[in-house]
Amino acid sequence: MLTIENLYVSINGTPLLEGINLSIGDGETVILFGPNGSGKTTLLYTIMGIGGYEVTEGRILFNDEDITHIPAYERSRKGIGMSMQRPPSIHGLKTRGLVEMCAGKRTVDVEALAKKVNLESFLDRDINLGFSGGEIKRSEILQLMAQRPKLLLFDEPESGVDVENMALVGNMARELLEGPSEPDAQHTLHDLMHERKTSGLIITHTGHILDYITADRGHVLYSGHLCCADNPKRILDHLKKYGYKECIRCLS
Amino acid sequence: MKVDLSKYEFTGHASEKVDDLTRLDKGEKESMKMAGFDASEKNRSASFVQIDHNHAFCKSYDPGVEILPLGLALKIHEGWGDLKWKLLKPEKDEFTRLAADSTHGGYVIRVKKGAKLTAPIQSCLMMHTNKVGQNVHNIILVEEGAEAHILSGCTTTLADQTAAHIGISEFYVEKNASLTFTMIHNWGENVEVRPRSAGQVETGGIFLSNYVSLKPVKNLQMYPAITLKGAGSIARFNSVIVSTENTFMDVGNRVILDAADTRTEIISHAIASGGHIIARGHIQANCSPAKGHLECQGLLLNNGIIQAIPELDGRMEGVELSHEAAVGKIAKEELEYLMIRGMDEEEASSAIVRGFLNIDIMGLPPELKTEIDKAITESEKSMF
Ligand SMILES: Nc1ncnc2c1ncn2[C@@H]1O[C@H](COP(=O)(O)OP(=O)(O)OP(=O)(O)O)[C@@H](O)[C@H]1O
Ligand SMILES: [Mg+2]
Repeated sequence: MLTIENLYVSINGTPLLEGINLSIGDGETVILFGPNGSGKTTLLYTIMGIGGYEVTEGRILFNDEDITHIPAYERSRKGIGMSMQRPPSIHGLKTRGLVEMCAGKRTVDVEALAKKVNLESFLDRDINLGFSGGEIKRSEILQLMAQRPKLLLFDEPESGVDVENMALVGNMARELLEGPSEPDAQHTLHDLMHERKTSGLIITHTGHILDYITADRGHVLYSGHLCCADNPKRILDHLKKYGYKECIRCLS
Repeated sequence: MKVDLSKYEFTGHASEKVDDLTRLDKGEKESMKMAGFDASEKNRSASFVQIDHNHAFCKSYDPGVEILPLGLALKIHEGWGDLKWKLLKPEKDEFTRLAADSTHGGYVIRVKKGAKLTAPIQSCLMMHTNKVGQNVHNIILVEEGAEAHILSGCTTTLADQTAAHIGISEFYVEKNASLTFTMIHNWGENVEVRPRSAGQVETGGIFLSNYVSLKPVKNLQMYPAITLKGAGSIARFNSVIVSTENTFMDVGNRVILDAADTRTEIISHAIASGGHIIARGHIQANCSPAKGHLECQGLLLNNGIIQAIPELDGRMEGVELSHEAAVGKIAKEELEYLMIRGMDEEEASSAIVRGFLNIDIMGLPPELKTEIDKAITESEKSMF
């Protein structure tokens, strides 16, 4: 699905990412750890094609197609979707309108989707204006549910989310990645098992999201370098015990 | 900016009376509609139409509203002469001078004590003849405890017509009364406009002003002033303006907080798409406690110019005055946010501009809102 080859990224001449290699297969979900300021959001933005970051070397392939230099909306239309850490608010643009736009040419039942994330009463509010941290996360998920990306980039699903809403966010993230979990009128269990799954790249500090989704691999991004490839829960355990200082030894 | 008044014909364009508004010609009806005037008069408490130099139609459908052409109003009601040139003075400038010397009428609207109108009152001041100069003088009196919404549209019949409009308006909002005054300008690129307005609000009164101008205008300058005279009175202003190439607009609102517990909020959203806007605002607080907020959001497109000039003038300890102004192009973060949802740059810009010009807060009748949305779509064509 996604292949990143020897990616170097800088902003205003300052290098932020150095020699990133990362591959995410169809239906695979990868977790990204890393201390504050290590370049995680930068990597997601660069994959998405926003933020004014300059790729100085390397390339990004999406389904074997080089997307390193195409505009963000083309990447989005090809099937990359992103939940932002701090999305802007837009005056006068109603949540409902944006969700409809996310669906592109498809028509979606906005009310029904909003109900799933308890945002029915937010549909007629200006997008993100005065939304709380947890509301922003749910609104991002709502947009992604309408958008239905094939590759889901999720920047810190847990930040600002309370315990109760974490279950909601976690379950919705799983649904985005794995489709509806219970067989229903349209989906037999057999279908569900064989349906091609969405791929994911998820940034987390706490790992709470791992209680809800099945992740295949974890990596650590440390000061612009990608290191470690292991079971995400094991990485989390190590980070809890030793912090990020072992990464320095590992990288040197 | 100077206006050469000698270019315009301020005499000789008396218009015919119109008995049935639906029989106006299509072009007239269309331009009136774009100024918020519905010729079918559905859901209206009263209608007034002025064409060129005199009134063409004037009728009230609600016993709570008295609506009369200026001349007749002053003949019938002796005391009303006192309301004319009370808040504004003829010697203010050459435009008030001219309007005082040769008034072509205008309307007097009186909303009777305690009357709470459910349907809006509509008026349209239209300029029909090429090169016409129109002077009108309007007086609005909302008596104690009354509530009304007035839709006041101004238009030329043809978009490329040459014309000048001078409009004097004096507003009186009495104790505990509430007036929403929505002014829609539908001018053309050869029209020069000088409205001169002032108003006063008494104890517990509310004055809400909406202003929408999306069409070109050669030049327009206005700075209406509202004085909150009575304790607890409120004035709120919302304007949405677009200035395209060759359009110059010098607009703003002035509020004087002249009693305790008064509040005002002045919010303008201005887009200069190749045009030039001076966005002014002035809040003067003479009494405390009093609260005022001034906000100007400006978007620049196609080399437009916006000069925001906010002024706060606190004259008593304990007043709270604030202002907020931002002028610039469409924020890159907002564009990118929509682009990652699949919109190309033009679609994203258009969605942001539509949001920026959103008029939901004005509480307009649905058909007028639809009309304004159409005008926004039209003006977008010149933006991207
Ligand atoms: N536009 C920019 N201009 C200047 N510096 C930037 C810019 N964007 C990112 N940086 C810097 O690059 C580094 C990486 O930032 P990034 O946002 O990718 O970190 P992160 O790993 O997501 O951190 P966090 O866990 O705090 O979200 C930081 O030091 C940041 O200040
Ligand atoms: Mg980050």
